[in-house]
Amino acid sequence: MALLSLEGVTKRFGGLVANNNVSFAVQEGEILGLIGPNGAGKSTLFEQITGFYPPTEGRIVFRGRDLVGLRPDQVNRLGIGRTFQKVRPFLGMTVIENVMVAALQHTHDPAKARREAVGYLEIVELAEKQDAGARNLSIGERKRLEMARAMATKPSLLLLDEVTGGVDQRTIPTLLQLIARLRSQQGLTLVVIEHNMRVIMSVSDRIVALNLGEIIADGPPSEVVKERRVIEAYLGDAFVVPTVGDGTGFAGGTGR
Amino acid sequence: MATTGSAEEMKRERERSSRRTIGFVLMGLLIVGVLLFPVFFRLPYHRDIGIKILLYGLLAQAWNILAGYCGQISLGHAVFFGAGAYTSSVLQTAFGVNPWLGLLGGVVVAMVLSLLIGYPCFRLRGHYFAIATIAIGEIINTLAINWEFIGGARGLTLPIHKDSLLAFQFHGSKYAYYYIILGLMALCFYATWRIERSRLGYYLRAIREDSDAAQSVGIPIAKYKLIAMAISAGFVAAGGTFYAQYLLYMDPDSVFPLSLSILICCLAVVGGVGTLWGPLVGAAIMIPLSEFTRIQFGGTGSAVDLLIYGALLTIVAVFQPTGLVGLFRRWGGR
Amino acid sequence: MFNIPSTEVLIQGIMSGFLMGCLYALIAAGLSLIFGLMEIVNFAHGEFLMLGMYTAFWMYTLFAIDPLFSVPICGAVLFLLGWLVHKGIIRRILGAPMLAQIFATFGLGIFLRAAAQFLWTPDFRQVAHPLVQGPIKIFGISVGLPQLVASGASLAAFAFLYWFITKTETGMALEATAQDRQAASLMGINTERMFTLGWGISSACVGVAGAFLASFFYVFPYVGSLFGLIAYVTVALGGFGSIPGSLVAGIIIGLIEVLGGLLIAPAFKYVAVFLVYLIVVLIRPQGLFGKF
Repeated sequence: MALLSLEGVTKRFGGLVANNNVSFAVQEGEILGLIGPNGAGKSTLFEQITGFYPPTEGRIVFRGRDLVGLRPDQVNRLGIGRTFQKVRPFLGMTVIENVMVAALQHTHDPAKARREAVGYLEIVELAEKQDAGARNLSIGERKRLEMARAMATKPSLLLLDEVTGGVDQRTIPTLLQLIARLRSQQGLTLVVIEHNMRVIMSVSDRIVALNLGEIIADGPPSEVVKERRVIEAYLGDAFVVPTVGDGTGFAGGTGR
Repeated sequence: MATTGSAEEMKRERERSSRRTIGFVLMGLLIVGVLLFPVFFRLPYHRDIGIKILLYGLLAQAWNILAGYCGQISLGHAVFFGAGAYTSSVLQTAFGVNPWLGLLGGVVVAMVLSLLIGYPCFRLRGHYFAIATIAIGEIINTLAINWEFIGGARGLTLPIHKDSLLAFQFHGSKYAYYYIILGLMALCFYATWRIERSRLGYYLRAIREDSDAAQSVGIPIAKYKLIAMAISAGFVAAGGTFYAQYLLYMDPDSVFPLSLSILICCLAVVGGVGTLWGPLVGAAIMIPLSEFTRIQFGGTGSAVDLLIYGALLTIVAVFQPTGLVGLFRRWGGR
Repeated sequence: MFNIPSTEVLIQGIMSGFLMGCLYALIAAGLSLIFGLMEIVNFAHGEFLMLGMYTAFWMYTLFAIDPLFSVPICGAVLFLLGWLVHKGIIRRILGAPMLAQIFATFGLGIFLRAAAQFLWTPDFRQVAHPLVQGPIKIFGISVGLPQLVASGASLAAFAFLYWFITKTETGMALEATAQDRQAASLMGINTERMFTLGWGISSACVGVAGAFLASFFYVFPYVGSLFGLIAYVTVALGGFGSIPGSLVAGIIIGLIEVLGGLLIAPAFKYVAVFLVYLIVVLIRPQGLFGKF
């Protein structure tokens, strides 16, 4: 049985359809990449999965349990952690306090929670900055802090929203290794929203592509990247070159 | 602390530890001073100021738990003060209940009231919530003025008994009152200190910082806001009962007015909202200051101290959100 | 508990509630404008009104200018005040936490109230012989002439504000900034200037309303507190950020105030108004027409 499955999820804001009949499943232990141009409805899916607002139609099932109608804190306690697209650490607290707040969910004693928090900070390589104020971190460091904070709630599924956004290009390989470690060492299942095609291709087992609120592709990276509709969505149909035979194919390099 | 062994490091460490020693000595002197205040200041007028500082310090500290630590700005906190004062007093006058039991009754009533207010209102965003608390405060004030059972606008006078701790009344000197309010204030201070270090404290601060992010790490924000609200309301109510027993008279205008809610906020914000010592520091400085302006300026005195309050409130909010405590910390180099 | 007043009293009440409501609408419009622009509630709004009233009073007392003619003066003085407050205070707290945003203007309100009391004493002042005074009969209902003029002028001012926001380039830039600050600045709109303008206009509205009020209402330092509270309720009901909403809401609030006083008891008229605030805000947070 899939760890998380979305069944016919549709979200309307008045006249605007943000998601239209989105269905896909996430298997335990996989890294699923979620791609699509701006406004495709990717973050909206995260908001619905984590309970910040309910879908207009459809079901979201996690370990056999329907999540629709649960509050965000209830969803997290069931085992889903997340980061935010516009990173939101607790700015008035120190780095370690940020992670302690999350660790306190399972470990009620602040002193023990602090020790645990150090461990999570070490995974994201922020341990030396543990007593720094969160507001003094760079964007990339804040994103890593958010990851450590999410991990400290001991989730089984982690939703990462654009962890490379606004981050220095040179640190991206480190981030990639971190994401891979999260799966291999921490045993997490991950759904990763990404714009950076290099990142998403190298790290995902499977990719789901969205455009204008609908799924346009669902499969291994090598196949999705050749999908005509994916190329159209990202690069425009000028890049789609009809070839003899199956009608898919493209001119130019590998995505963005 | 890094121990690299360099001379520079050792000098800094010595400086830090000598500052710490000075800090401890000052703290010790302060505690002795506070404990022996009535011994040194025997005039009723001075003791009254000391009692006022502690009482308003208590109210401000209680408000601080909800507003400073949890970030929920209530501008109608006087309702709990009045609830405490009226509950214990009505229990006494109508049913002969001992005022200490009445104090507990007042605390319970205030806590229940706070949950009734908080449950629907905590859904509101910051500004809306603040305005809602003003609206509720005014509604309850008007209701109290028109409720004959509790004395209406005429107020309530408590029956006089002989001096006794049991009856919670003293007529000769004020020193017993001083120590009682000192005890209440110390209890609130201790509670705040414990909260700060506990899981509850971390959760409240997370809610203040970013309630959505707090939810995303599993904190049920409604539940914890209500906890902070109830604790805050309880301490304010205890202060209300003390006030009733101190003056042996109250009316809606003295225990429910918007001006009292505002005063509580001012003291905490100017002293340093969200800090342990802020409210007490705020009270210790602002209360004598307003006494001073009252003496200096006579009739217009109340306008002058409000001028200062208002100006300080704005200046602190804009330039120095951690208040006087934050300022002292910067000077102390911590 | 409930009294049923006579029909005549009831109609009179509805009339006067409607008229006051127009004034409430103008007072609330400024508050709504600022909130729509930058999500800040001006907790000193009532005190701005009070200063507008005092300006009209002093123009009358010192220079024998009737309040109706000092409308432009009050508008200008308050515009300047709003401009200064934005530059000096609001600009610095735009990204600040809720506490700082609330207490910055809250403290300003306390300060202005106290300053008025200190400078001009707590005495109740009155414009003794305003140009428009006395009652007038419309369809057999007795209505105060100053109230009638004030409400008519408020509606005119309101219409002018609405025209400004929707038809002039500056006004549309203001509205654009309110809708989407980032997009507006990307289009070349100077958001800083829009904010300052917003504060100026908001305060000017309230200054104008103050001039009208001074014709028939007592002027004293604390007069702003009550009108300020009513303004918050009005904006919440109409919807923060919606100017037309303020008009509808203002009239509703004016009616509720009068009817509450008539049907329950005069002491409870504001209780009715505050109850409306609580009900609206808990059931329909965005108010009648609001965006948030």
